[in-house]
This record gives sequence, C-alpha cells and structure tokens, in this order.
Amino acid sequence: MDSLENRIDDWRTAVLRGRAVTESDADELEGHLREQVIDLQSSGLTGDEAFLIAVRRLGQVDTLTAEFAREHSDRLWKHLALPISTGMREPSLLVMLGFAVLAGGLVLAATLIASSTKGEFSWFARDVSLFVLPVLAAYFALLRRMPLPRVMAYASVVALLAVTVNVYPFVFGGATSNLVVLHLPFALWFIVGGAYLGGEFRSSARRMDFLRFSGEWAIYYTLIALGGAVLLGLTTLILTPIAPEVTGIVSTNILPVGAAGGVVVAAWLVEAKKSIIENLAPVLTAIFTPLFAIMLVVAVVAYAVSGVWRTFDRQLLTGFDALLLVVIALVVYGISARTAAMSPGVMDVIRLIAVAAAVILDALVLYSMFTRIGELGFTANRVAALGLNAILLVNLVVSAWLLARLLAGRAPVVRLERWQTGYLPVFAVWIAVVLLALPPIFGFA
Amino acid sequence: MDIDKDLVAAMATPLVLAILADGESYGYAILKRVRELSDGDIEWTDGMLYPLLHRLERLGYVSAEWGSSPEGRRRRNYRVTESGIRQLAVQRRQWLTAHRTLGGLWNLSLPAQGA
Repeated sequence: MDSLENRIDDWRTAVLRGRAVTESDADELEGHLREQVIDLQSSGLTGDEAFLIAVRRLGQVDTLTAEFAREHSDRLWKHLALPISTGMREPSLLVMLGFAVLAGGLVLAATLIASSTKGEFSWFARDVSLFVLPVLAAYFALLRRMPLPRVMAYASVVALLAVTVNVYPFVFGGATSNLVVLHLPFALWFIVGGAYLGGEFRSSARRMDFLRFSGEWAIYYTLIALGGAVLLGLTTLILTPIAPEVTGIVSTNILPVGAAGGVVVAAWLVEAKKSIIENLAPVLTAIFTPLFAIMLVVAVVAYAVSGVWRTFDRQLLTGFDALLLVVIALVVYGISARTAAMSPGVMDVIRLIAVAAAVILDALVLYSMFTRIGELGFTANRVAALGLNAILLVNLVVSAWLLARLLAGRAPVVRLERWQTGYLPVFAVWIAVVLLALPPIFGFA
Repeated sequence: MDIDKDLVAAMATPLVLAILADGESYGYAILKRVRELSDGDIEWTDGMLYPLLHRLERLGYVSAEWGSSPEGRRRRNYRVTESGIRQLAVQRRQWLTAHRTLGGLWNLSLPAQGA
C-alpha cells in the first residue's frame, strides 16, 4: 500500500508541475484517481495494476496540464511560483537584444536623416512608430513561429499604412497630420497584438491575454523610461563640465535609441516575468478605481449643479476621451485578475459607480455639444474626438449594464470580458478610418 | 466501437449538462454515468472532463462547491445553473435537428418534432 501512496504522490507532483494547475485542481484529480483505484481493486486487481490503469484513463500528464493551461490561461499570468522547466520556448535574451538594437538603430538612422534634412517636424514625428513597432511585431512573429503567409499578410498591412500616410499630401502642421501622429502608433499596436497572439486573435481568451500584455507592457515601459531619464540626466550633469556638447548628443542620439530599444525590452520583460511576479496592472487598478469613482461622482455633481456643461468648452472633448479610456482600462484590468468562482463584491459596486458616473458626465457634455453643433461645424479634430467619444460611450453603457447584471448574479464575469475583447475590432476600425479616410475628406488640412 | 474524437468532443457539453440536470454530481460519478449510458462505447480521457467542467463553470452553466465524500476526502460537487438549463435546451434542439436530418436519410423512424 505504501508504494501505491508513493506513486500517487509522484503523479500528483507531476500534475502540479503544469503551471496552470492549482492545488485544488490536483485535489480534484487525485480524488478521481483514488476512487478509480478503489473501484478497480474491488474487482480483483492489485494496487499497482489498478494505479496503472487509473492513471492511463486520466490521460497523459502533459496533455492534461496543457488542457488546463488552455482553459485557465489567466493563471499563467499571476502565478507566484517560479516555473519549473515547461518545455515552452522561453524568449531568449540574445534574440531580444538583437531586435532591441535593430529598433534603436533604425530610429537613430531616422533621427540623423531627419536632422540633416530638416525633416524633424514634417515626417519624423509621423513615421517614428513605423521604425519601432513593426520590429516588435517581427520579434513576436519569430517567437511564435508564425507561418510565412501570415507574416506576409501582416507585413503588407504595415506597408500599406506606411505608404499611405507618407504619400498623403499633408498640409504642414495641419490637424489631419497631427491626427495621424496620434493614431498611427495605435494602429501598429494592433499589428503587434496580432503577432503577439501568433495570429490567433479570434478567441476571446487570447485577446484578453493581449490586453493583459498591453497593460503590463505600458507599466514596464514607464519604469524603464524613468530609469533611463535618471541615467541620462546624471550623464549630462557629470559630463557637461568636461564636454559642453554632450547635452546635444544625448538628446538627439542616445535618447531616441534608448526609447526605441526600451519598447522591445519592455515586451521581453512582460513575457519573461508574466509567470513569476504578480501582475501590476490589476494592482494599480485596485488602487485607482475607488479614487476615480470619487472624482467622477464629484465631477458629475459639480457639473450638474453649476450648469457648466451648458457652455462646455469643446477643446476639452479630447480630455473626456482620455477619461473614458481610463475608465474602460480600470474595468478591463479590474476583471482581468478575477476568477469565475469569485463572487461579486464591493469592488464591482465601485466599478459600476465609476462607469455610471463617467457615462452621465459624458452624456451631459455630448448633449451640450450636439445642441450647438450648428454653430460649431465639423473639423477633422472634432470628428475624430466625437467619433472616439461615441465609441467609448457605447462601450461604457454596455459595460455598466453587464456590471449591474453581474452584481445581480444574472451574468457571469465572462460576459463582460467577452464584451471588452469583442469590442477591440471596433477600435481598430475607427483608428483605420481616422488614419486613412479623414485626411482626404478634410483636404489634408 | 470507436467514435470520432471530434464527435465525442461535441457531445461533451450537452452530455455533462444533461447528467447534471438529473441532479448534483462530481467528476468520477459523471464519467461512470457516461460509461453506463453508452455501454462503454463513448470512451473519454477521464482527465479532460475537469477542464471542461471548469469551462462550464466559467461560462456560468454550472456552479461548483467543495464537499466531502463518504470517506471524508475533499470532493468538488457540480450543479447545473438556470443558464446551464437554457444552454442545454439550445443544444438539445441542435442535436435533435442533426439526428432528424441524418435519420431521414437513413430511414430511421424518429420523432418529427424536437424539444
């Protein structure tokens, strides 16, 4: 009997090596195994024989843990234990450095060409993301071993974007050209997302992984940028007395290279660390959701009481877009760390309050804008801001409804998750419209 | 009889929901019931049932609770939810349609109306 216990223990250890298998999953599987063994023993088999058959019926440990990983991909993200050899292709440090250097080199070349041709303000600001994000996408394409036809498809989308924004005859410093500067990085980020998922962007769970990746990436990148700023600041401080021209070299040559290389390094860090340390985005979300909820409720009351929304300054609309985007991020990253078993709690109430307040605030503002649309007229900026605002508002209204249903116990959290991941294409399409359709409509002004 | 893997996979959800619709149960008992009902024709890799049950839980079709077996071992009991029952009804209609269509071709006598 002892040897049977040992074998069950060994098997349990092997199952737990799967990164998505928790102790309680192992309990459940072990219970199954034991019951099967007892049943087989009662039909006359010895302990060892029964164990072998029962284990075979449960299936190969690898296949089994892979199936758990598929169902519980969220667990791969916030596991606190160090992974024991997983057989998965770990992103290699050298390959990553190669791509980081490539991105940095491209940006450095572009900087030098731009400064020598006085192109800094005409094309460099617009195109700089084209030198960085496709490199990151290529890195992921390599990492995920994306098949060549798919790589070509992604590459041709990038090429289409690159050519289009560069052949459009933009008026120097015009609104449409600024809109492109603002939207092109996001369009390219969707390409990065496609490559990150190895092209499997149809499944909601995979898209959620992409959203998690984006949040963590933004945090890592900010941290790297802070470190880089300290480093460059000190370098300038120390070297300026010896060589006064160092400030110029740092800001025109070293800073852009670091900023570009950091994009790839941050992505590598997210991949390497996702299973080692707790995700940061959900933690930050937990801190800021209540604060934003308070701010938004105060703002709604203040706007409504003072009537200030009636004379709303239209320049603020972009600010409101940013606000709604932050609220959506609070919802997405708040639910990204939830498990299905967790019952709705105080945080969901706070989330609902924040979302509802944001919706009311935005509705007030939109109402005031539409009643005066005649005197305002349409410009490229206003169309871009209003369109985004409408898209965000629809997202939040449905999110509020799903949150309310969640709190009433009428809908599982997965409905909200699916809504958010299903909404990603809407953003992608809108960005494409702003990039490709708005400039010609408004005469590239 | 060897049944095609894809077919077994497609059957899995309605089968589990239908078994749970008869009453609360747990993994091992669900599999035993499947073997009984199919006279052993439907062979499942036992372990795969658990990720499936967890998926159904995530989708809100079943709810789960830790209880204990008569021997005092921890056991996870599953129960079908209202939305699971609705999902079962949907799947039932789909299966009956497939059944009726093929049955019509193969001249099996089958009830004309599902549900």
